[in-house]
Amino acid sequence: MSKHTLSVLVEDKPGVLARVASLFSRRGYNIDSLAVGPTESPAVSRMTIVVDVEGFPLEQVTKQLNKLVEVIKIVELEDAQAVNRELLLVKVKADVATRGQVLDAVQLFRAKVVDVSPDALTIEATGNAGKLGDFLAILEPFGIRELVQSGMVAIGRGPRSISERTLKPVPVAVPSAVAD
Amino acid sequence: MSEQDGTLTGAQSLIRSLEHAGADNIFGIPGGAILPAYDPLYDSTRIRHILVRHEQGAGHAAQGYAAATGRVGVCMATSGPGATNLVTPIADAYMDSVPIVAVTGQVSASAIGTDAFQEADIRGITMPITKHNFLVTDARDIPRTVAEAFHIASTGRPGPVLVDVAKSALQATTTFEWPSEVVLQGYRPITRPHNKQIREAVKLILEAKRPVLYVGGGVIRSGASPELRQLAELTGMPVVTTLMARGAFPDSHPQHLGMPGMHGTVAAVGGLQRSDLIISLGARFDDRVTGNLDSFAPGALVIHADIDPAEIGKNRHADVPIVGDCKEVIAELVALLRTEAEAGHHGDYEAWVDYLAGLKKQYPLGYDDHAGALAPQYVMQRLGHIVGPEAIYVAGVGQHQMWAAHFVGYENPNTWINSGGLGTMGFSVPAAMGAKVGRPEATVWSIDGDGCFQMTNQELATCAINDIPIKVAVINNESLGMVRQWQTLFYNERYSNTDLHSKRIPDFVKLAEAYGCVGLSCETPDQVDATIEKAMEINDVPVVIDFRVFRDAMVWPMVAAGTSNDDIKYARGLAPKFDDDDL
Repeated sequence: MSKHTLSVLVEDKPGVLARVASLFSRRGYNIDSLAVGPTESPAVSRMTIVVDVEGFPLEQVTKQLNKLVEVIKIVELEDAQAVNRELLLVKVKADVATRGQVLDAVQLFRAKVVDVSPDALTIEATGNAGKLGDFLAILEPFGIRELVQSGMVAIGRGPRSISERTLKPVPVAVPSAVAD
Repeated sequence: MSEQDGTLTGAQSLIRSLEHAGADNIFGIPGGAILPAYDPLYDSTRIRHILVRHEQGAGHAAQGYAAATGRVGVCMATSGPGATNLVTPIADAYMDSVPIVAVTGQVSASAIGTDAFQEADIRGITMPITKHNFLVTDARDIPRTVAEAFHIASTGRPGPVLVDVAKSALQATTTFEWPSEVVLQGYRPITRPHNKQIREAVKLILEAKRPVLYVGGGVIRSGASPELRQLAELTGMPVVTTLMARGAFPDSHPQHLGMPGMHGTVAAVGGLQRSDLIISLGARFDDRVTGNLDSFAPGALVIHADIDPAEIGKNRHADVPIVGDCKEVIAELVALLRTEAEAGHHGDYEAWVDYLAGLKKQYPLGYDDHAGALAPQYVMQRLGHIVGPEAIYVAGVGQHQMWAAHFVGYENPNTWINSGGLGTMGFSVPAAMGAKVGRPEATVWSIDGDGCFQMTNQELATCAINDIPIKVAVINNESLGMVRQWQTLFYNERYSNTDLHSKRIPDFVKLAEAYGCVGLSCETPDQVDATIEKAMEINDVPVVIDFRVFRDAMVWPMVAAGTSNDDIKYARGLAPKFDDDDL
């Protein structure tokens, strides 16, 4: 498999997303999905990046990412040891004749209707990429009018946190050339 | 400008921060957005500001200063075009790991993003070519940012850092406190190598039959030449020094095979190709060294030591990766190899060393003489001989750079400065200026081509006015010589746009004189020594020598781009015989 999920802890500073995005673009790495948001530490953001590494080692990606001064830590989350979720909002055609069938599908996939109008339903669904793909395949015949999907977020299973041992700041002494 | 109540302007804070960080010389040009900083700079007794003629010159001068001294070089420019003119030297410093800090003015914080006059997003522009960069919009952040910038530029793998400061921050009232420490969560360079990796490396070194020490610019940057010499002499292993590492190991040393790569010596290229173990020290398996990567040194295991983990395994698989500073890595290798030697464990490289000595003898560096014409290689040889190995030589990019790398002869680190990775024409004159500012007691020669020289020679004015007496050897073959060489070899001698006519226009002697320098000219081999000696006697103003050389001289040996290093030619159409059976 050439897709990998990276959880990247970064300092929450202006431009950090541009740095990461520009690094991927410059080095020719493909981003499949990217999601950024706050974490339990106020100064730290977490990016979940799904990277498609066809033709070069993942190691190069993580090493280059690690060179960015504002990147604090990178962890690869293996599918089996992690929970992956994406959020889907989809507007589906549904009139009196088809609404029942659409609502059945919503139930089956444990999705949620968030808006109703006479000829359409807006549905919210979360899940991994596979589940959302299956859900869309079911909805497709009814007519999808609009679709928006988030990047994937992921978290490792078990009690440990990836930020546990990294967030202790290590000060480095700065010399001064001026005695005053 | 009083600071009696403990407050000061952001501009004053910036200059004080630069003083605290150790900046003693700044190369730059003022302009609107950076103007507030130039006012307190005017009063600084610790910082000498050298007003250059083009910001590109400021950037290369900062590089030359840094490369000659090992300290952080500093350049300064205003927003917009001032900042974008620094882009080339910043990219150059990034490729060659040169520690510089570039300070640029930015439009006021409230105007950022409005396409204001002289606004350019220099932080965005330089993101991929800096080690790190900052935009400061709050005056309180200035001291910490400058401290972080110098720390990042000078530690780990050195590199350029840009600090963009909004004019409003420079004009704001603030207080000053130099930080005693910086905290960078995501930046912790590893300098100390892992013991296990050192043991693995020593094991491979002792088992190898055909090892080569592949020495790169990291050895220069980390100041590891003494340790390298110990390692080489303790083991007897042959040494090659890349373009960035010339001078890291004495050229006169019998174990030195010369420079590897596209224009490397037959012994260095052949040695790497036939080695069974490459010990890479601060080198990065650049395409100009490896040629076609798939056929590079096919039988070699690789020990790869570098302070930048991302270089290890990037181009060539590393059997023993070692992350660490070259100085510490080599010192630890030496220590363990000594212990092994005391226990009677030595490598056996005798047949290999003999074989390479044969190659070196059979295929020495050489060139064709053309009756009466001035050979550029001869100029380099005489320059090296007369000026000697204590001087600093700063090259531009092209044929003259390769000849200078080969024929001058380097014995000491930090005496050879050039643009390796980016290949920036026009690097030489401003970088030589910076080197001379950093090492005023040293003789500094710019070795430049006539094409390169015409890109940045306006800095001769800066040199003449500020008492920076560099010497410039223009190797004038009236062409973009390296491109012309490729046209000769690969484009059926169709010389599209490589003829510069620079033996006619401009008159380099008059140009030098117009800039307040001494201009000399030299057309024949018998004038070379006297001309160089005359230049050596002039120490109050810069000197420019127009060496009007033979136009069709080519750089040999050569491995054509993209081909295997096995296909090296030591002269046109002549391939060396490697006699592998001797091994």
